[in-house]
Amino acid sequence: MSATPSAATTATPVAATQSGAVALWWRNLCYVFGENPLSAIAAGLFVFFILLAALGPWLVPYDPLASHVGDPLSPPSAAHWFGTDALGRDILSRVVIATRLDLGIAVAAVALSFVVGGLMGAFAGYFGGWFDRISTRVSDTIMAFPLFVLAMGIVAAMGNTVANIVLATAIINLPFYLRVARAEVRVRRDAGFVEAARLAGNGELRVLFHHLIPNILPPMMVQISLNMGWAILNAAGLSFIGLGVRPPEAEWGIMVAEGAQYIVSGEWWIALFPGLVLMLAVFCFNLLGDSLRDLIDPRRRT
Amino acid sequence: MNALSNPLLEVDRLAVEFRTRGGTVRALENVSLALAEGETVGLVGESGSGKSVLSFAAMGIQDAAARITAGAIRFAGQDLLAKKGAAMKALRGREMAMIFQNPRVALNPIRQVGRQIEDVLARHTDLLPAARRARAIECLAEVRIPDPERRYAAYPFELSGGMCQRVMIAIALACKPRLLIADEPTTGLDVTTQAAIMRLVRELSAERRMATLLITHDLGMAREYCDRIAVMHAGHIVEVGPTEALFAAPRHPYTERLIAATPVGAASLAELAAIDGNLPDLRRADLPACRFAERCPRRGAECERPLALAPAGASSATHLIACHRPLTAAATEARHAAFA
Amino acid sequence: MIQAILKRLLGAVPAIIGVVIVTFVLTRALPGDPAAYFAGPAGSTEAIEEIRVKLGLDRSLPEQFVSYVGDLVRGDWGNSLTTGQPVLAEIADRLPASLELTLVGLLLAVVVAIPLGVLAATRPGSWIDHLCRGITTAGVSLPTFFTGLLLAYVFYFLLGWAPSPLGRLDPYATAPDFVTGFYLIDSLIAGDLETFASAAKQLILPAITLALFVLAPLARMTRASMLGVLSADFIRTARASGLRPTTVLFTYAFRNALLPVLTTLGMVFSFLLGSNVLVEKVFAWPGIGSFAIEALVASDYAPVQGFVLAMALLYVLLNLLIDVAYGLVDPRARLEA
Repeated sequence: MSATPSAATTATPVAATQSGAVALWWRNLCYVFGENPLSAIAAGLFVFFILLAALGPWLVPYDPLASHVGDPLSPPSAAHWFGTDALGRDILSRVVIATRLDLGIAVAAVALSFVVGGLMGAFAGYFGGWFDRISTRVSDTIMAFPLFVLAMGIVAAMGNTVANIVLATAIINLPFYLRVARAEVRVRRDAGFVEAARLAGNGELRVLFHHLIPNILPPMMVQISLNMGWAILNAAGLSFIGLGVRPPEAEWGIMVAEGAQYIVSGEWWIALFPGLVLMLAVFCFNLLGDSLRDLIDPRRRT
Repeated sequence: MNALSNPLLEVDRLAVEFRTRGGTVRALENVSLALAEGETVGLVGESGSGKSVLSFAAMGIQDAAARITAGAIRFAGQDLLAKKGAAMKALRGREMAMIFQNPRVALNPIRQVGRQIEDVLARHTDLLPAARRARAIECLAEVRIPDPERRYAAYPFELSGGMCQRVMIAIALACKPRLLIADEPTTGLDVTTQAAIMRLVRELSAERRMATLLITHDLGMAREYCDRIAVMHAGHIVEVGPTEALFAAPRHPYTERLIAATPVGAASLAELAAIDGNLPDLRRADLPACRFAERCPRRGAECERPLALAPAGASSATHLIACHRPLTAAATEARHAAFA
Repeated sequence: MIQAILKRLLGAVPAIIGVVIVTFVLTRALPGDPAAYFAGPAGSTEAIEEIRVKLGLDRSLPEQFVSYVGDLVRGDWGNSLTTGQPVLAEIADRLPASLELTLVGLLLAVVVAIPLGVLAATRPGSWIDHLCRGITTAGVSLPTFFTGLLLAYVFYFLLGWAPSPLGRLDPYATAPDFVTGFYLIDSLIAGDLETFASAAKQLILPAITLALFVLAPLARMTRASMLGVLSADFIRTARASGLRPTTVLFTYAFRNALLPVLTTLGMVFSFLLGSNVLVEKVFAWPGIGSFAIEALVASDYAPVQGFVLAMALLYVLLNLLIDVAYGLVDPRARLEA
C-alpha cells in the first residue's frame, strides 16, 4: 500500500463514453508531446517525409537520373545544394526522389509481415495445437539466424530484385509480429468479453476476427512503428552491399555506397547527404514508435 | 502527547508529503505514535491510509518523492530525522528492523538465503566469515526453520512463502534489534501459515523484549496480537487505545465502522457493514480538518474546526481520539455486548 | 552444472536443424536452374543434364537433403568459383578477422553501455539520464555503413588520426604468426608491439562503428532493467536492513538487472553479426562479410550460402554461451535446464 501514486495511474477514471475516451486519448497525446518535445519534432518530420515521398517528382530541381546537369564532383553550391556526384547528377534531386523508394520498400515489407505474421500469430495463439507448434518453430528458426545475414541469403537465393528485398525484409520481421500477436491473443483468449461473445453463439473464427483481432491492434501498431525504422535500415543496408536496387536508380543506401570511395579523397557530400537523410528518416520513425508506445501502453514507458 | 513516559520509538506530529505530477499528496499529517520496549502496537486502517508511509518514514527508507515537512521521529532518545545517511543506515537492520508482505518477492531471488542473512551480519557486526556463517545458520534455527544447514544454501524460489517469511524474520532479527516493524507480514501467505508466522513473531518479540509495530488491515489479527491499537484514516491517526478498550468501546465513528466491517465484530456475514465512500483524494487543496467528515454519519458543524488527538475521556488517559463528535462509551459498549 | 550445460547443448539441436534446412532450401531456390547456371551460357542440353546428375539434382528432395547434410558434415561446403578454393577453408581463414572485430566492438559497447545504463537508472531525470535516452534513440537510428564512413572521413581524412580505412594492418606491417588468428593477441604472443599498435589502430574505427550501433539496445535495456529492479521489493528489504548503498546497488540490484541484459545480448549479437558485414565493406576488412559481398557481386553462390550457414552456426553458438552465462547468474534457470 505504498502511498506514492505513480504518474501513469493517477488519471481519474473516465466514463466509457466516446467523448470521454477521445478526451483521455487527447490528454495522453498532449502529455506525451509535452513530456517529450522530440515527439512533436518526430511527428513534423514524419509529415515532411510523407510529403517528400508523395510530391518528390514535382519538387526536385533536376532530373535525378540525368548526368552532367552540373560539373561532376562539385561541392554544394547555390545551384546544387547537396552538390553533384561523379556523373554530375544532382544529389539533392536524387535524395528527394529516393524517399519514395526507400519508404515504399519499408512500408511494403512491414505491411507484409504485419498481415502474415499477425494472422499466423493470432491463429496460433487462439487455436494452439499443431499450427501453434509449427508457427513457433518457424519463427524460432528465423530467429536462429543473424537477421541481416538471413536477408542477404534470401535475396542472394531468390534473385537480386527490389521485390525480393521487400520479401526478405518481411521474412526477417515476421517473428516479431507473430510473437506479439500470439501472446496478445493468448492472454485474451479466455477473457470475459471473449467468453461472452462465444456464448452469444459466435463461431470461433468470428470471435477471433471480430472480438480478438481488433483488440490486439494497438500493441501491433506499436510493433509496426518500432519496426519501421529498422526495416528502412535493413533495406538500405542490403542495397549498400549491392543487393536489390540497381544503379542508376536513386536510393539512399546505394547512394552512400557510391559516395563511399570518394570519402577518403575528401568529397564528403556524395555520401553525407543521402546518409543524413536516411538517418533522419530512421530516427523519425524510432521516435514516433517510442511516442506511440507511450501513448498506447503507458506502463511500458522507459 | 502520548501517555508513555519513556518510549523507544516516538513519532511526534509527523507530516509527510509526496510531490507528484498530479499535485502534492498530503500523505501524513500531525501523526503521533509511541512504542515502549516490549510492547506490540497494531497500526490498522484501509489501504492507502498511510500505514506504510509512516513505517517507511520511521525506517528512513521513504520514497524519493516523499518530503517530511513537519514533526520529529525519535528512537531511544535520538532524533532520527537529524541523522545523516550513514548514521541512519547503521541503525537500520541493527537497532530497528522491518519485515514486509509478499516474502517471496521481498528476498533477493538469485542469492542464497543464508548469504542474505550474512550480508546483514557483515554490515553490522565484526564477525569473521566463518563465524558469520555459523551465526546465519543459528538465525535460521531461531526462526524454527528445520534443517538450517541445508536451508542456508537455498534460494527463495526453492522455499514456500511461509519459509521465505521466516527467512525474512531471520534477516530482520539477525542483529537483535530493539524494534521490529512488521508491514502486513502475513499478506500473500495462506491462512494456516499466517497463524504460524504471527505466533513466531509474538514469541520472538516476547523473548527479546522487542517493541513491535504490526501494520495490518486485519482487525482480527491486530486484536489477537497487539497490546495497543492505532487506527489510521487518510493520513491521520484517528484513535489510539488499549486493544480491549478500543474493541469494546470504539469512540471514533471510523473505528466503529471499521470494526463493524470486520468479521470479528459481526455475528454473521449479513451483519458486516461496508464503510460508505472512499478515502478522500489527498491531493485536494480543501481537505477538511477531519478527513473522515465526508463519509461520517455523525458529521456536524463543529467538524470543520481544527482537530488533534486528545484523551477520549477523563478516565482514560491512554485512549485517545481525534473527533469532535465521538460516540459515547456507553452506546458502543452496549452495541458490542450484543455481538459478544 | 555440467549436466545443465549438456542439456542446453541438446536444446540447440533443433535450432541447428532448422538452420541447415533453411540453408538447404536457399541453395535449391537459386535463381533459375542451378545446373544451367553451372553449365554457363554456352552449355548444351546434354551438358546441363550431366551437371544435373553430377549435382544430384535429379534425385528427390529428401535424398538431396541427406547428401547435402553429409557434405556439410564432411566439411565439403562447395567451392568458390572466383577463388577456386573450398568455401569452408576460405571461411575458416577469414573468420578470425570478423570475430576479432565483432568481439572488440561488443566489448567497447558493453564497457560504455552498462555503466551508462546503471548511472541513468540510479539518477533518473539527471543529465546522464537524458544523455542515455538521447544515445539510445539516436544510436539505433544510425546506419552502420554511414557512421563508419563518417568516422573514416573525420578521423582519417580531416584529422589524420586514424590510418587509411583499408584492412587489418597498414601495408608495411606483416601479419603475426598464426596462433588465434586475432592480430591483437597474436602480436602480443609474438612480442611484436609494433604490429600490435598497427593492428589496434586499424581496428579502432570499425570497432567503434559497430559499438555505436549496439550501444543503444544495451544501454536501454540496462537502464530499464535496473530501474525495474531498483523498485523491487527485495531492494527495499536490503535498504531496510541498512546494507551499504554499494552492496544494494551491485550485489542486489545489478546482478538481478543483468539477467534481462544477458537476454538482450542475443538480439545484440544478431545486430552485431549483421552490421559486421556492412562495416567490413566500409573498412575493406578481410573477414567473412567482405568475402560474402565479393561473392554476391560475382554471383558466386556457394560462398554466400556457406557464409549464411557459418554465421547462423556462430550465432547459435553465441546464444548457447549466453544461456550458460544466464544459468551461472540465475539459479532458477539452472533448475529449469
